Amino acid sequence: MRVRGLRRSRAATAPDAPALEEVLGPEGTERRRAAHREVPRYAHGSRVPGWDDAVDLDKEPAVVPDAAVVEVPRELRAEIEAAMARYPDSRSAALPALAAAQRHHGWCSPEAITQAACVMRLTPGYLVSVASFYDMFETEPAGRHSIYVCTNISCSLRGADELHAALLAATGDDADFNIRSFECLGACDIAPMASVDSVYIGPLELDDVEPLLADIRAGRPPLAAKQLLRRPSADAAAADYPRDGA
Amino acid sequence: MSSAKLLFKGIDEPGLATLAVYERRGGYEALRKALALPPEAVLNELQASGIRGRGGAGFPSGRKASFLPKGTMDKYLVCNADESEPGTFKDRELMQKNPHLLIEGILIAAHAAGINRAFIYIRGEYEQQAQILDRALLEAEAAGYIGERILGSELSLSLVLHRGAGAYICGEETGLLDSLEGKRGNPRLKPPFPAIEGLYDGPTLINNVETLATFPAIVKMGGNAYANLGTETSTGTKLVSVSGHVQKPGNYEVELGTPSREIIYGMAGGPPPGREVKLWFPGGSSSPVLTAADLDLPYDFDSLAKAGSMLGSGAIIVVDDATPVLDVALKLAKFYRHESCGKCTPCREGTNWTVQMLERIERGEATPMDLDIMADVQEQIIGNCLCVLGDAMAMPIGSMIKKFRGEFEAHMEAMQIAGPAEEILAAHGAAH
Repeated sequence: MRVRGLRRSRAATAPDAPALEEVLGPEGTERRRAAHREVPRYAHGSRVPGWDDAVDLDKEPAVVPDAAVVEVPRELRAEIEAAMARYPDSRSAALPALAAAQRHHGWCSPEAITQAACVMRLTPGYLVSVASFYDMFETEPAGRHSIYVCTNISCSLRGADELHAALLAATGDDADFNIRSFECLGACDIAPMASVDSVYIGPLELDDVEPLLADIRAGRPPLAAKQLLRRPSADAAAADYPRDGA
Repeated sequence: MSSAKLLFKGIDEPGLATLAVYERRGGYEALRKALALPPEAVLNELQASGIRGRGGAGFPSGRKASFLPKGTMDKYLVCNADESEPGTFKDRELMQKNPHLLIEGILIAAHAAGINRAFIYIRGEYEQQAQILDRALLEAEAAGYIGERILGSELSLSLVLHRGAGAYICGEETGLLDSLEGKRGNPRLKPPFPAIEGLYDGPTLINNVETLATFPAIVKMGGNAYANLGTETSTGTKLVSVSGHVQKPGNYEVELGTPSREIIYGMAGGPPPGREVKLWFPGGSSSPVLTAADLDLPYDFDSLAKAGSMLGSGAIIVVDDATPVLDVALKLAKFYRHESCGKCTPCREGTNWTVQMLERIERGEATPMDLDIMADVQEQIIGNCLCVLGDAMAMPIGSMIKKFRGEFEAHMEAMQIAGPAEEILAAHGAAH
């Protein structure tokens, strides 16, 4: 089998890593591969679904959800309204509102979108269009614990693709985990790295996978010793600067 | 070159992220000095410093600030903290360890350009850094550095931290504005430029985190003193993020004009023992690649431009001689395909085609002629879109085809010999 990806790093870090198919079976592999979130292509390679379908002239226009009908949890409403109050134009709160709805519902479900749209006085369709643009909004049900593995260039050069595969293999069908290969997370100094529920950890080795998952399952901070926030600057000349406030 | 530290001075001091330590270290003194001067004088200092934008394009920052119309109206400052150029992580370290430096820089810029509303657009992935900034903003507000009539001056400023949600294109200034307005982050046609018509159609100044964080130092030391650092056209110091195949990856503050070799080998330790530099990106993954022959270039805007590349965001990615260039190209092309917003055809389809052609090469189904077609596709993308995302793929891929053509061809040849040629022919309907 041809080895894909950045070849040497694979050979250097995981010569015997099992192929994904061997661990998950074809179906499981397919499901987990969806975690890559490629931009979907539809008919004739278009990125717009149904672009060549005939227009339905009888279709009712989308409306803003009726506030008298849609029940919005009190905390969610408060959070969205507070966000709307921060901007000169309340529509600017679309991203914070979707983030709040996702935190509340676990993903941007139709219900979550409708509630956010109701508070913001927008159509759900508008918010769906926004949510589908951004990688951090889950438009399908997702596991509670998000692990974003950076698989961009700097991390890949140091073995991120193997790390991602190992995490997928180790979590298998566990629906609690949402493991995604992500674009550059801006922490190439700790490559290969991952963001575990927004906590940056690295540099990771394949041996870290099991302890990491154990930490998450036990509700502990993930790999406390490898967290980015504890790391001193690499620039020795800056760190050695006399700390006298001068 | 000396290693002057302006941004990273004692960056690891415990508690630097708190107002107490920051003030003890002389924090917000530059703001006091700036507020005692008329806005024009501060603007003059910024222009005299010659500082060029640290986000990627390298436009003179003082001049950009001077483009904003004068007079009383709502004017906006947007700090671009959507640091998503692959290989770049300098703003993250700055915000995480010294958030008040950024806030002070924003206040100085607001005073200089007569701005009353400011936003920090931080990428959603930087949640830990956003929380640190949240705390710093609360402290600064409580101490009277943010709000009405700051320190008794004419300056009033509201400052809102806005979290993005994961999209590379939102680092492009007009895509960022759309995203901040609550839309999909599609770039806009320019002109009008944001300085005239930006956020909410108002005059808007957009600056990178590092640029703004340098303003306090410029005010403190004076624009002319700052201009003495670095080279004549690339003044000052720059944070350089070094990553990839180096032994000590990390952020290093260097004076512009430092030899690249000193940064890659002297500071970052060079590639692992026994390995050599094969190629390096001098300014993030969007910059055309350079080779080992270019290692002695001075690291500044003009020297790198002259060598056919760019300083970009100041992110050096080193790739060593054991990594096939095809893999690097494919990784890059897939990234840009994923992140293309889809608005302009050359970028949306060009990135897609490039990935498909690279995959054909990888599978051994391509001929050297495909390299010419691929190079041609890159030419079709450059300069033909609203923003430079497509160019950001086309430039490095184009440079790889040019500089490593032999390696691409050798791969094709090896695959032709090794691969089942008849299967390939059958796949193309050419079998007998």
